[in-house]
Amino acid sequence: MRVALFVTCLVDGLFPDVGKATVTLLERLGHEVVVPPRQTCCGQMHINTGYAAQAAPIVANHVEAFADADVVVVPSGSCAGSIRHQHAEVAREHGRPGLADAATAVAARTYELSEFLVDVLGVTDVGAYFPHRVTYHPTCHSLRVLGVGERPLRLLRAVRGIDLVELPGAETCCGFGGTFALKNADTSTAMLADKMSAVTTTGAKVLTAGDSSCLMHIGGGLARLRSGVRTLHLAEILAAT
Amino acid sequence: MTFIGMPRGTGNLTGAPFPEAASEALDNAQLRRNLAKATGTIRAKRAAVVDELPDWAALRAAGAAIKDDVLANLDTYLLRFEAALTERGSTVHWARDAEEATRIVTELVTATGAREVIKVKSMATAEIGLNEALAAAGVAAVETDLAELIVQLGHDRPSHILVPAIHRNRAEIREIFAEGMGATDLTDDPRVLAEAARAHLRRKFLTVDVAVSGANFAIAETGGLVVVESEGNGRMCLTLPRTLISVVGIEKIIPAWQDLEVFLQLLPRSSTGERMNPYTSVWTGPTEGQTSHVVLVDNGRTATLADPDGRAALRCIRCSACLNSCPVYERTGGHAYGSTYPGPIGAVLSPQLTGIDRNPTLPYASSLCGVCYDVCPVAIDIPSMLVHLRGRAPKPRAEAAAMRAAAWAMSDHRRWRRLLRAGRLGRALGRRPMLPPPLSAWTRARDLPEPPRQTFRDWWDTR
Repeated sequence: MRVALFVTCLVDGLFPDVGKATVTLLERLGHEVVVPPRQTCCGQMHINTGYAAQAAPIVANHVEAFADADVVVVPSGSCAGSIRHQHAEVAREHGRPGLADAATAVAARTYELSEFLVDVLGVTDVGAYFPHRVTYHPTCHSLRVLGVGERPLRLLRAVRGIDLVELPGAETCCGFGGTFALKNADTSTAMLADKMSAVTTTGAKVLTAGDSSCLMHIGGGLARLRSGVRTLHLAEILAAT
Repeated sequence: MTFIGMPRGTGNLTGAPFPEAASEALDNAQLRRNLAKATGTIRAKRAAVVDELPDWAALRAAGAAIKDDVLANLDTYLLRFEAALTERGSTVHWARDAEEATRIVTELVTATGAREVIKVKSMATAEIGLNEALAAAGVAAVETDLAELIVQLGHDRPSHILVPAIHRNRAEIREIFAEGMGATDLTDDPRVLAEAARAHLRRKFLTVDVAVSGANFAIAETGGLVVVESEGNGRMCLTLPRTLISVVGIEKIIPAWQDLEVFLQLLPRSSTGERMNPYTSVWTGPTEGQTSHVVLVDNGRTATLADPDGRAALRCIRCSACLNSCPVYERTGGHAYGSTYPGPIGAVLSPQLTGIDRNPTLPYASSLCGVCYDVCPVAIDIPSMLVHLRGRAPKPRAEAAAMRAAAWAMSDHRRWRRLLRAGRLGRALGRRPMLPPPLSAWTRARDLPEPPRQTFRDWWDTR
């Protein structure tokens, strides 16, 4: 299958290894990866901070960048959620005529990575090897906006050598929330502190999730504490051999 | 769309900006422990009694549909309610805002010559600031709900819709009772504390002749009012005094008696985590020898109804499942929201009742984690509503400029790639940089990721 990768702005600029791992994984499974050159960002930061009108040209750019793609894969539950549940509405209110329909069409062909692997490709064992103790944080938007459910855990359980341990209070938000982390920094940090203490009680050496944004927040806190726990995106574990 | 003359909500609906108020609350370690324990317990109870119902999803959809019908035909239902209630011998009053509502109630109370009223726990009277207004007229309002009594005797404010003293623990309550009731030899045994409150309140029930209540539901078909409670103290207030004044938000209407079947399942399971609440009182007009008044309050509800993307907030049945589930509320408590309505529902309801200009920070008091929507028994999509309200909120000028610049860069891939390449210069800052405000909010508690040598796209181009 020919897969168009929407790498996301955060991965492109700050976490290129997550993008490389996604490419490695999809190619190892026998698929052709393309990276449409016009892509930038889904615009979620603008939409969720109250700047939907400013987000409209970003949405328009995204829709045009992926207009010809058969299938779009995103290594982020949050960006996939925005594309699926916000783009058409932003386009309808602030975009040119026809943009909402085009956005709906792109959204219908867009999958978060674990959805694509499990639902579209029908694989749970991707042939990965990762001999470390790992705990998994289900990010809010993958869990409650997309409803990915057990998919990431099914993929992780099939990884050879992995010691997968349950995270207490896993479904509680880590406190990132986009610009929430800056606008309500003290509340965000209090939520982060509780998430970090849950992570450290597991004894895991690696915390994984399907969103680089939440991992940047939790990982930034864990690094500041010199906790010895590192964060890796789900794609990086699934790409490991 | 808002029309001229549509009243905005006044009364106890605003406070200090949320980020500052939250920071203050977060410094209180006792408060955080009390809240975590209380909300954790109630979340588990709710989950157990919701999961045991096979038709919860259908009940939830029915609750939302009934409320949506009410909101779409509110004018008709309200007049039907007024006619039914008037026929049963009650007097119906209409109040545009908090000032008008408190004036009506104060006049009704002072006309009886009473210097004291007993109160059934009520959100609407807290919203309009009734106790304060009565006090100014020389009338003492005595709260009879145990938790409201704790709050009142402690000269405090409620921090939760259903459990107003959720921020207090037993030891603190013992101190408050000792001070407020002059009670000696109290222990922090819950039975001893409850008995002290019982003796204190019993004296009030038997001597005070005017009661003020709210209502959980108002039945348009019959003119009936419904109060749902746990302690039976509400029932005492509704039945003993000779004058009963009920203050009811206009969105409390349900069309018919049979609709209670849905809400009396949704409400106790969502709020206290019980299959059924201990006391449900329904009354239709005054009983023999009683005088009954009902004050229907708008206070920003019609203005809320005018917004198609915000009006679903008026479905709320004040169960507080969203408070108990919210990771923000669990850490900050209710006072940080500055309004009678705290938590996620307060963050969407308060700014709509008052107008966004008077509550600009509340729509941002959420990480948009979405758990409030999952647990809401009338399916209010609070996260989407928060995003919608953020769109209407006034913006700091520097933030707006930064957002415009970011949007300009992100809407064109050439500009975006140039910006990302420039970002790699951030490597010069080293491993643990401290950034200037507003980004210092990030680096105070978290390390920044070190910018990579090469962006993903630049790597891709070299393949």
